[in-house]
Amino acid sequence: MPVHLVIDRPGLFSSLQDFGRFGYQRFGISASGAMDSLALQAANLLVGNPRGEAAIELTMLGLSATVEDGPLRMALAGADMPFSINGAAAEGWRAYELAPGDRIDIGVARAGMRGYLAIAGGFDIVPIFGSLSTHSRSAIGGLEGRALRTGDRLPVRGATAGPLLTLAPAHRPRGEGAVRVMLGPQDDLFTAKGIETFLSSDYRVTDKADRMGAQFDGPEIEHADGFDIVSDGIMNGSVQVPGNGRPLVLLADRQTTGGYPKIATVIGPDLWRLGQARPGDILRFAAVTPEEAQAAALAHEKAILAMAGQMTEVVRPGAALTSEWLLTHNLIDGICSATDPELSF
Amino acid sequence: MMTGPAPAPRLLDAGESGLVVEFGDAIDETINRQVIALADALAARELAGVREVVPTYRSLLVLFDPLALSRESLREEVLALWPPRADAGETQGIWRVPVLYGGEHGVDLDHVAHVHGLTTQEVIDLHSGADYRVYMIGFAPGFAYLGGLPEAIHTSRRTGPRMGTPPRSVSIGGKQTAVSPPLSIPSAWHLLGQTPVRSYDPARTERPFLFAAGDTIRFVPIRAGEYERLCQAAEAGEIAAEWEPA
Repeated sequence: MPVHLVIDRPGLFSSLQDFGRFGYQRFGISASGAMDSLALQAANLLVGNPRGEAAIELTMLGLSATVEDGPLRMALAGADMPFSINGAAAEGWRAYELAPGDRIDIGVARAGMRGYLAIAGGFDIVPIFGSLSTHSRSAIGGLEGRALRTGDRLPVRGATAGPLLTLAPAHRPRGEGAVRVMLGPQDDLFTAKGIETFLSSDYRVTDKADRMGAQFDGPEIEHADGFDIVSDGIMNGSVQVPGNGRPLVLLADRQTTGGYPKIATVIGPDLWRLGQARPGDILRFAAVTPEEAQAAALAHEKAILAMAGQMTEVVRPGAALTSEWLLTHNLIDGICSATDPELSF
Repeated sequence: MMTGPAPAPRLLDAGESGLVVEFGDAIDETINRQVIALADALAARELAGVREVVPTYRSLLVLFDPLALSRESLREEVLALWPPRADAGETQGIWRVPVLYGGEHGVDLDHVAHVHGLTTQEVIDLHSGADYRVYMIGFAPGFAYLGGLPEAIHTSRRTGPRMGTPPRSVSIGGKQTAVSPPLSIPSAWHLLGQTPVRSYDPARTERPFLFAAGDTIRFVPIRAGEYERLCQAAEAGEIAAEWEPA
């Protein structure tokens, strides 16, 4: 019998997400996928999963769930959500092993918007069109194409081998500075003044922000010649500017086509920041060249690999800190000689 | 209108992992054929790093992995495929799609007839008397945008959208007509009828999507009894539309 995670309280909007569904946008299937792909990857790496394994994406308010039918390993990454195991405070960015009957409770995010609950081995659910990502508007993927509900029993592959890992705060993703965009594909449908406004103004995330897109409020961006175009394809991160002149950044659950001009596209490495932006947050957009964007994509990939390398084994309470044990673990890298544990810390 | 060879398409960046190949800015069959020809040619190249292609009315969006394929290489590959073969992007055949027009199945049929000073039968005859080109699939799974609506029934969209329209609706908006998937979707288009055909059905594993950009569709009026029979067949996994190769 497979191990199950049973949902006692589903939270605000909790859904299974992986890297998304690719290859079917030409048939009108939205890509969907994790809004913060960086946190998804971190949560998976902490439990020894492939980076793109499906995890539960939590939105603002986390869930409560009970483990049944066997042990499992889990980690929570992304937004800073208070979290407890059987009533005792637990931490994000750290793997835990849970026994049948254990209960997790994840509360309201103190910072950020979305948390990712990864389970070692992933979920034993049949992918639809190659992905477990949930697109609730078209009822595709995840569990019955919808957000989780109380009573749902999620079958998980109970993998319990390998080290339990943690990632120190210093190595966790931080979003700083302006959100980088590449201008286009329809920046020629805006005046020079409009582009200047877009790149030099503060824009505030409104409460019209969900998995489909984030509507911003701020100075009006001037169109050059109307705001209707013949509908064309949309990227994750396309910045549409409809008639009201305010940017609408299209995100994971976007429709495949749209008829408003797109002044710019948020570059892939910065998309996760929109997934963590909360209503009221102020952001700025900065243009980078294609060459800079390509370099940023490479740097982003290297940063993820570096983050994986910075994960260290959890020090289990009560475990004896023998020099032999320390020697086999990369706990003190860069701080002191690994041959002399007496000098640590 | 245009003389000499068609100008090469515009290549527009859509971030570091998207390239828009734009052939024009109009809803036009020649342009759309070029889009589909390039989509097919690029797919046939099976380039490492191309994630998928999304053909729309007048441009092709190419999604790629910038760590596996450089922007410059992709641009060169695309331009090397220009111009397309003269017959590229031509229709492969005709789908005959049954429609039950009017009544509760097409609540705007009377309105459309009234607007144009026609009888409902004349609207049905016009709508089912034309061949339509599938310009693109978009907006919702399997939602087919069709061009070729007779001018006599061009109808401005409703000022406010309906938040949920019946699944499998056949509708018109402006110069276009469309077939909805078996989902209730928001729409400001006028509802003329309903088809038993499921343009999208993930349970139909061999053919989850019926129509593709570049196909031709012809609507065939049917009566209520036939509609019910075909609905049952479609729910059991049958296509319920007839395909006639070109």
